[in-house]
Amino acid sequence: MDPRVRIKDHWNEQRLFSQRTLGAFVVITVLVLTLIGRLVFLQVVRHDYYVELSQGNRVRLDPIPASRGLILDRNGGLLADNEPAYQLELIREQVPDLNDTIRRLVALRLIDPEEIEDIRRTIMSRRSFDSVPVRLRLTDEEIGRFAVHRFQFQGVDLATRQTRHYPYGRLAVHALGYVSAISGQDLENIDRAAYAGTTLIGKLGIESAYERALHGKNGFHEILVNAQGRSVQRQGAYAPELHSAPPIAGEDLVSSIDLATQQAGEDGLGDHRGAVVAIDPRNGDVLALVSKPGFDPAAFARGLSRSEYDSLANDMDKPLFNRALRGTYPSGSTIKPVIALAGLTNHVVDPAREEFCAGVFHLPHSALLFREGKSGRHGNVDLVQAIARSCDVYFFGLASTIGVDRIAAFMAPFGYGALTGIDISGEKPGVLPSPEWKMRTLKQAWYPGETVNLGIGQGYLLVTPLQLAHVAAELAERGKSFRPRLVTGIRRSDGSITPIPPVENPPIEGVSAADWNLVLRGMQGATGCNPVCGTAAGPFKGVAYAVAGKTGTAQVFTVSRSDKLTQQEPERLRDHAWFIAFAPVEAPRIAVAVLVENGGFGASAAAPIARKVMDAYLLRPDTPPPPDSAAAEGHAGD
Amino acid sequence: MIEDTGRSRTRRTLSSTAKLLSALNLDGPLLVGLGFLSLYGLVILYSASGQSTVTVLRTLMRLALGAAAMLALTHASPNFLRRLSPWLYLAGVLLLLVVEVTGVIGKGAQRWLNLGIFRFQPSEIMKLAVPMLAAWYLHDRPLPPDWKSLLLVALIIFVPAGLVAIQPDLGTAALIAASGALLVLMAGLSLRLVLLLLLLGAGAAVGGWHFLHDYQRERVLTFLNPRTDPLGAGYHIIQSQIAIGSGGVFGKGWMNGSQAQLQFLPERSTDFIFAVVGEEFGLIGLLLLLALYLFIVSRSVWLAMQTNDTFSRLLALSIALTFFVYVFINAGMVSGLVPVVGVPLPLVSYGGSSVVTLLAGFGILMGLYSHRKLVGS
Repeated sequence: MDPRVRIKDHWNEQRLFSQRTLGAFVVITVLVLTLIGRLVFLQVVRHDYYVELSQGNRVRLDPIPASRGLILDRNGGLLADNEPAYQLELIREQVPDLNDTIRRLVALRLIDPEEIEDIRRTIMSRRSFDSVPVRLRLTDEEIGRFAVHRFQFQGVDLATRQTRHYPYGRLAVHALGYVSAISGQDLENIDRAAYAGTTLIGKLGIESAYERALHGKNGFHEILVNAQGRSVQRQGAYAPELHSAPPIAGEDLVSSIDLATQQAGEDGLGDHRGAVVAIDPRNGDVLALVSKPGFDPAAFARGLSRSEYDSLANDMDKPLFNRALRGTYPSGSTIKPVIALAGLTNHVVDPAREEFCAGVFHLPHSALLFREGKSGRHGNVDLVQAIARSCDVYFFGLASTIGVDRIAAFMAPFGYGALTGIDISGEKPGVLPSPEWKMRTLKQAWYPGETVNLGIGQGYLLVTPLQLAHVAAELAERGKSFRPRLVTGIRRSDGSITPIPPVENPPIEGVSAADWNLVLRGMQGATGCNPVCGTAAGPFKGVAYAVAGKTGTAQVFTVSRSDKLTQQEPERLRDHAWFIAFAPVEAPRIAVAVLVENGGFGASAAAPIARKVMDAYLLRPDTPPPPDSAAAEGHAGD
Repeated sequence: MIEDTGRSRTRRTLSSTAKLLSALNLDGPLLVGLGFLSLYGLVILYSASGQSTVTVLRTLMRLALGAAAMLALTHASPNFLRRLSPWLYLAGVLLLLVVEVTGVIGKGAQRWLNLGIFRFQPSEIMKLAVPMLAAWYLHDRPLPPDWKSLLLVALIIFVPAGLVAIQPDLGTAALIAASGALLVLMAGLSLRLVLLLLLLGAGAAVGGWHFLHDYQRERVLTFLNPRTDPLGAGYHIIQSQIAIGSGGVFGKGWMNGSQAQLQFLPERSTDFIFAVVGEEFGLIGLLLLLALYLFIVSRSVWLAMQTNDTFSRLLALSIALTFFVYVFINAGMVSGLVPVVGVPLPLVSYGGSSVVTLLAGFGILMGLYSHRKLVGS
């Protein structure tokens, strides 16, 4: 340092220090103000936002699932309820020696040796204080076995959760539906927040259609958690106030199903594939809805293995398929009362004129021959007899005379080709054919021969068992009808029942009372022997109430006349058997449609089942004895 | 007079206290400020540590150790300190090298020297040794310093700062560099040069990006946008802002801050304790804390201004202003104004040897002040 160049100037230095110190203070002030500004921004301006975030940090909502509403039959019998299922859960940090514990659980046959690795991995992947399920669905025997050794298993305990229980097993499974684990697809359709804590969701049937009502509202506990997610009691020195809301149980549904009637339908079909639908014509209540084969809904609630599901889904008999709502079949001769009404209403038939039923029908201006079905020759029949004895030739001619346009127009109000509007989903509309329909869907002209076939319910016409039960109910009420329904009311927690009013359809108009009488007399004739025995007289021999019915046989496969050896046909090529009926005729309380797939003849396969169902409903000790049918005027006597 | 009036008794007590303080070379107001700050710190620490009495007792022990160092250093004359400077600096650099070679791994970084009884961070020495040596070098040179002096001072600063930075302890390195840089600024570094250096620094930052450790880069990136990694590197910043913001004006109450008490706030009793104050005592608590710090800084600067030799003035100002830098960096990083670097909140954060170093620094500062008349110039 050369003192001549730079001399230490103390006065100058003093000034420099002062300036710099002042500068430092200015900078400090600016920085402190910036800091305070930041703090005011965080603590005043955005205070609410951060309070919410901190609340979200420290409070976890622990959902309390609402118990699912029950499903009752129309008399209060339980069709679906809840029951606890037991599972084994393990808390890692409370287990002294995890490997040893797992080994001893295997020794007790509570864990499958093959699952050891999976279970260990699951346990280790969760937090040490989480309760991890290691075994689901314990049997009573397993619960007992564990309970005896419980004291040796520190950190392992039984846990319960609610699962769905169907006291009657497979009974009415297609009406009730089932519940199963919430799938990814379900998650897109539900309010996830509302389903937090819920494990099962309704699939199909009432369980699905009334999911909202059955589910109820989940409650919650607020839980104080620390940063690791562990539930804690205190926050520093304080125990903060935590909120909770109790769950609101789902609503108990009163279904229209009548247990005894349903049971009769299930028993009647036995091992046959088919469907039975019974409706109360006075309000649309579905008294029984059977589709066979069925399946065990409990399997879905507890969780199906892949192979179990595959075997159900790939079963040739399609147990998961709801035949009552989704099975579409040709109606067969069950259409005849409606064709008869169409002819009467359009004034193209003299009901008293007898036709000779020769077993074969020549379509005018055509070379086509239409053969009588399997019921043989009937001789001279009038309209009533033609219905009672199901004369095909009579209806070939009648249908041909009325014409397809008038038939289709007349049938549409009965609900053919349309959804009945039942309160569960999945229903199929079937097909009500017409020239216009054929042109639209098949791009083909309508042939006169197809009108002839329509007269006996063959060809393009397709109906579901539910639709035909609905038609039977319409016939019973002479054109009046209600939308079919499976749920009739909601049972409140105090036991009172809030009914759901039935929905009435627009009535069928233009049919005179005399015409109704004629056709219904024909149907009643089918179940009796006055003067000649009807097609279903056998099954209804000695019946205690007046029944009106109609058999039907739907062709699965067209067989030539020479091959007509029903019993030797391969079973699945046999005709489907139909029977529709209602009773008591004078004041109908039940209308039934029975379909037996490949059952052959309607009279022999389907009608006895319908009788069982009606007997079960009408002849019950607790129901009033059926009024004397002779007292009813305007109907044919027995 | 046989009977004392209350007022005269008070006056006498005060005057005897003043005598005692001056005999010990202590400054009353600064001591009171430090005392209140330490007390406030202990109160917060008790809550932030999850009501750990052990933590509070340990901190009390460190405070006692620091107080002892402070009391001892007040008696050191500027001349003694000046002569000590080169040796302390050399010893510090040597120890840093030793740490580099044999240091015990602590928190993934080599910072600690295990002396058997206690572990000790040599970088703490440099927080005082760097400004001391810089002041020693500049005290008899004309100010503002010329180029040659600046380069030498830069060397004095960056050798230890570099050694600490590669440990890697960016926070302490920054503080060491700051203590030296502030001293040069106070020595009259041309403001034009400062501007140039800032521009160069910005350029160096862009260039230096390649030399940063991954976690250091991550810290800078997450500072710029914490939401990119809410559960990883951004977690600290997000949680501390939630803590401060949710505290509001009045706070959630002592020991009732959910962020701190339920451990959502990481490093709650060490680097992020500022957020605990904000959460439990609110804006008011933070303003009180800042007021205490500002008082200490102002009083320190005032004391520094009273000294009348260049060495004392530069060293004292550096100590005072570095203290503020400490506060600002910590408060700034916790509230999201500056990137997260490991700088504790002085005299409040738990742990480390920084309490001892800080109080030793204030001891030096008070000593420089009380020895001011003894120095001839």
